[in-house]
Amino acid sequence: MQKTLVTIAVAASLGLGATAAQAATLDDVKAKDYVQCGVTGGVPGFSAPDANNVWSGLEVDFCRAVAAAIFNDAEKVRYTPLTSQERFAALSAGEIDILSRTTTWTMSRDTDLGISFIGTMYYDGQGFMVRKADGIASALDLSGAAICIESGTTTELNAADYFAANNLEFNTVVFVDQDEVVKAYEDGRCDVYTTDGSALAAERSKFAVPDDHIILPEIVSKEPLGPVVRQGDDQWFKINRWVYYALLEAEELGVTQANVDEMLGSDNPAIKRLLGVEGDFGTPIGLTKDWAYQVIKLIGNYGESFDRNVGPSTDIGLERGLNALWTNGGLQYAPPIR
Amino acid sequence: MAVQDNISASAPRTSLLNDPVFRGILYQVLVATAVIAFISWIVFNTAQNLAAQNKTTGFDFLFRTAGFDISFTLFPWSRSSFYWQAFLAGLLNTLLVAVIGIVFSTILGFTLGIARLSCNWLISRFATVYIETIRNIPLLLQLFFWYFAVLKAMPAVRQSFALPLDIFINQRGLMVPRPLIDHEFTWVIVAFVVAAIGAIVIGRWATNIRTLTGKYPAAIVTAARAANAAVTFAMGYLAFMALGALLPALTGLSSLPLIGAVVLTAMTFTPASPYVRSIIAFILAWVVLSFVLSGMFPSVPSVVISVGSAIAGVVLGWILLDGADGRASEGKFPIALPLIVAFGVPALVYWVTGASLQFEVPVLNRFNFDGGVQLPPELVALVFGLTIYTAAFIAENVRGGIRAVNKGQTEAAQSLGIKEGDRLRLVIIPQAMRVIVPPLTSQYLNLTKNSSLGAAIGYPELVNVFTGTTLNQTGKAIEVIALTMAVYLTFSLLTSAFMNWYNGRVALVER
Repeated sequence: MQKTLVTIAVAASLGLGATAAQAATLDDVKAKDYVQCGVTGGVPGFSAPDANNVWSGLEVDFCRAVAAAIFNDAEKVRYTPLTSQERFAALSAGEIDILSRTTTWTMSRDTDLGISFIGTMYYDGQGFMVRKADGIASALDLSGAAICIESGTTTELNAADYFAANNLEFNTVVFVDQDEVVKAYEDGRCDVYTTDGSALAAERSKFAVPDDHIILPEIVSKEPLGPVVRQGDDQWFKINRWVYYALLEAEELGVTQANVDEMLGSDNPAIKRLLGVEGDFGTPIGLTKDWAYQVIKLIGNYGESFDRNVGPSTDIGLERGLNALWTNGGLQYAPPIR
Repeated sequence: MAVQDNISASAPRTSLLNDPVFRGILYQVLVATAVIAFISWIVFNTAQNLAAQNKTTGFDFLFRTAGFDISFTLFPWSRSSFYWQAFLAGLLNTLLVAVIGIVFSTILGFTLGIARLSCNWLISRFATVYIETIRNIPLLLQLFFWYFAVLKAMPAVRQSFALPLDIFINQRGLMVPRPLIDHEFTWVIVAFVVAAIGAIVIGRWATNIRTLTGKYPAAIVTAARAANAAVTFAMGYLAFMALGALLPALTGLSSLPLIGAVVLTAMTFTPASPYVRSIIAFILAWVVLSFVLSGMFPSVPSVVISVGSAIAGVVLGWILLDGADGRASEGKFPIALPLIVAFGVPALVYWVTGASLQFEVPVLNRFNFDGGVQLPPELVALVFGLTIYTAAFIAENVRGGIRAVNKGQTEAAQSLGIKEGDRLRLVIIPQAMRVIVPPLTSQYLNLTKNSSLGAAIGYPELVNVFTGTTLNQTGKAIEVIALTMAVYLTFSLLTSAFMNWYNGRVALVER
């Protein structure tokens, strides 16, 4: 009997969760009148709630952009803070509609987890942060160091790969929650805190004395971070993908939150198509004709979102680097809207 | 006959639905069908959804390379280990914490439970406050508190507390030397185990004989006398060696240790005042140990060594005094004998086989200590937190159990003149155990399952390593969760099977 109970419990917990996966997500979202978005629990610049529990950040902006495209209202988003361990299960189980949470696009995740990556919102790479007082100049000096890592991340694997490849001793301490990782590093349990370079910069901005910590020059991995949806709902996948491309296209065409109304009268055919003045690029994906106009009106383009949340003028202070548009020597590139 | 005929004739007339036997079978069949239908629906639905999501299933992943690091394992681990080894590592780490936690929380819980019933106002109030505070604070908060409190209290690596015997304490944990044993040394361990078991068996046998006859067997008494003589001789020999080394004037006399030892042994067995002998033994032990230890551990302050040796001397003096009282007689159990057997035999084996025992000492490198055995702070904090938390609940079980014993038992024991400690140990607790054991089992199960919270403070137990990292890296949710549930179920069933067996032993024997 005990055995049967286990089987039932296992199957029930997973089986029931999975049933939601096949429904048409857009219809569900419209029916409940908000987008449920899985985010990081508190990485400044990417997703973090302020004192009034208003969420902001690059990842949050994407969720807001999808809401804007569907509802013409960027506020119709509810947020589920997730740990690295919880995120894929939450998506598979239908608890969230979009996972926009510094998730690295890898082949096994894309092909084996029943999920699909929308695109690369942020081109990142894994870095190492150490205390300045330790006098370390390179990751190659880190042999024997204790390293604090968040559980269930690509970071965990990359660190092992990097240290093994360079014949360095390593010693990791793994926590479920990012807050505990950072606290353990601050308290001296670890010599090194490693995660994606962007998150290192974000966490450092929260430290009491950020200048006591340095980020080592080595970037040891490719970390293309992007939003994720469940596999098997093409319409929902394409809505998300084209919202992301619209953000890029708007920046490339110089359409901003401030000038979007003015741009409605532009003679540039590309701008006309983007803003729904010419042609209809909304109906085929289940949206209105002017969906991209709404997105830019309410969120701004990709560059604006970047500058506002993580750019050089913020506390986090990240350069555009690889995340500049292809026209500026970066990797961000949207297929044409036509 | 006629009446019986009437009954058997009327029986078939009752409706089939009112027949209890038929109804019983019908309900069984209905319930079984419903359960089977439910299970098949679940399985079918899961399979369909997994297929729709393009998820692969199966346990093949267990034989793939894990590719991550585990900070604390009971067997050698590298990034090229397999997922099943990760499973095993998590399993063993969970077991380790559960076993240590159960032992400590039982001890602490019993102490507190008895303390809460104490007549001493201060002690019982202290126990009450402890129990009421601890069991009302969520365990996870307590774990965070202990973990970060432990970390905060520890010095940074370069400012490690250095204890004697090359033991170090710092934020990375407790580092102790690792014994490196060679092939021959395993025989010493075997000899120790055999000798210790032998000493216990012989001791029980001798005690049994004494219970029956009032006397220890003559062979035991003789052996005990020999053991006493051997101890005294060894002590005397060492003492005079030490004296010889301390006093340069005596060094010329090479036979001095031998003569001294014989004199001391002879003196011990003469009917001189036992107090004189024990005082001599005390002084000798003090001198010898101080001398030997200060040679072995030059870094330890001489005060510490002196005090330690004095304590050892007191113990030896006490043993001799105690022995003199009814020295190795028919009625008194010899203490030196089992000690000599348990430690003397392995020492002899060590000397005969030429085994060697060396220690790998932890050495500070750039970041941390290398080598030795390292006990991480996560383990310490988790054991601490679980023990303190579970002990509060066990204490209440113990209190309930003691309260359940009739007051008349205490009064009866008092009227027989049994001492208070013996009353509790021999009369009250054995009866209370019948009430304590069943809820105690639940507490043991709780502790084992609560150890999964170790994931939150970075202790690599099953949930952290397997349902955490492994599940995330492989995405095999069903397989991983099923294995994990199977593990906890097995732990629970084993624990409760053992406790049920124990409960059967302590239960009231009804005749």
